[in-house]
Amino acid sequence: MIAWLFPAESARRLLPDGRGRATPWIIAIMTFVTIVIAAAGLALANAASLVGSAAERQISVQLTEARGGDPAGLGALRRIPGVAEARVVPEAEVRSTLERWLGPDSEGLGLPLPVLVEVKVAPGADTERVAEALRSAVPGARVSTYAQELAPLARSLAALQWLALGLIVLMATATSAAVVLAARGALDTHRGTIEVMHGIGATDRQVVLLFQRRIALDALLGGATGAAAAALALLMVLGPAAGLIGGLAGGAALSLSDLLLLAAIPLLLTVLATVVARVAVQRALRATL
Amino acid sequence: MSPCERIPWALGRGGTLTTLVEFDSVGLRYGTGGEVLRDLDFRLAKGGFYFLTGPSGAGKTSLLKLLYLAQRPTRGRLRVFGEELSEADRDVLPSFRRRIGVVFQDFRLVRHLSAFDNVALPLRIAGHSDAEVEGPVREMLAWVGLADRASARPATLSGGEQQRVAIARAVIGRPELLVADEPTGNVDAAMATRLMSLFEGLNQLGTTVVVATHDLSLIAGVPGSQLLRLEGGRLVDPTGALRHPPRPIEARA
Repeated sequence: MIAWLFPAESARRLLPDGRGRATPWIIAIMTFVTIVIAAAGLALANAASLVGSAAERQISVQLTEARGGDPAGLGALRRIPGVAEARVVPEAEVRSTLERWLGPDSEGLGLPLPVLVEVKVAPGADTERVAEALRSAVPGARVSTYAQELAPLARSLAALQWLALGLIVLMATATSAAVVLAARGALDTHRGTIEVMHGIGATDRQVVLLFQRRIALDALLGGATGAAAAALALLMVLGPAAGLIGGLAGGAALSLSDLLLLAAIPLLLTVLATVVARVAVQRALRATL
Repeated sequence: MSPCERIPWALGRGGTLTTLVEFDSVGLRYGTGGEVLRDLDFRLAKGGFYFLTGPSGAGKTSLLKLLYLAQRPTRGRLRVFGEELSEADRDVLPSFRRRIGVVFQDFRLVRHLSAFDNVALPLRIAGHSDAEVEGPVREMLAWVGLADRASARPATLSGGEQQRVAIARAVIGRPELLVADEPTGNVDAAMATRLMSLFEGLNQLGTTVVVATHDLSLIAGVPGSQLLRLEGGRLVDPTGALRHPPRPIEARA
């Protein structure tokens, strides 16, 4: 299947490996950028997934009236089907959160603080239905799901993921265009050889395989270089922040399957470059007799 | 064993020459220009030896291009090896081209390949292994006097040496049809005679030879050869070659 990559030495001499060609470097840059963008996209996807699953089963309830140690309706909340746990957020914690928004003097403002209850929804229960039941059970309470609260963030993360995907498609397109140009350049450089080969009975397939091999080797070399550079860059960027990211999101920035997918990118680009080169050379040869 | 017994395609049954190439009202034009070849109606017999002459610009090279299938006629019919190839799918042409040896006027050697690799090219394209190619190529290079230049690149060879490499490449596969455009233009008289004797030897073995040349002395040196003359894109027939087919090989041997 890949025997064409390893032809006899005499066949290799037909299309010598010229030095100083730009194609491997172009493909190295394309590979580097593609891997970095893909890594960012995958990390975003992981973060979005972790945030989404964390928020999926949480509801926030603000009770405006507190009665004694037991806020009004708290007992009722715990009895609602689907509620696994209801925890009153300590006042100090609420004040601390408020301070982040209003500054250290917020306590002196005398603002009325609501009683904040964090409700965890039982597995299998519908979060929206539980929220609706909470609203009915405690009139006047302000009930909101975490999913609602985090919806703008989720939308931003999703948009960034689509942007990353779009950039990867653009990089693949640009790589294809660069390969087409490289193939045409190689065809022009070796037009004399091709004419002689055709003249003495070479088939299109024989000519195509020579150029396909050349581009495939360039893409492999460029892909490996770009992948190595990208791995180094990701280690330098993500390495020190890995603990922080893990702590924030509750997991690793990139999973093993993500790393395998990133490792496959140079190979996928090599296959793409090989196929594009083959089609470009075939088309160019079809224009001749 | 006679050459003809060894080469079954040299002659038709009973020594009758059969047609190898057939032009039927063939015309050729490049792009939207006028016709460079007009109303060509002739046949080349299997085993014939033909010289193609004519003034510069008469269309000799264009006619040779039709013969070695580098051009299609823009009108008329062209049959080569018994197959109608005027409108044949381009995918079938390589198999026919492998049966044709070509000596280009400008040699067209592959500049980054050695003399050895240039001569070996037709055999390798035909699928022969390096081991199979080694002996015949060394032998052929020795025959054209270039045994000690096997590893030389074309740029380091003289014009005459390049021409000999081009000829060696054209004949190495023992083609059924050999087409040569001014094959002795860059060699001295002694080498020209030697090369023509090589062509004659191939012809004796059944190869049909077409040589385009301005050198009329070559024609006299090949007894039994036929003359085709082009003038203004039309074929004229001063020696009656087209009316009278070349003699069978036995008669010339």
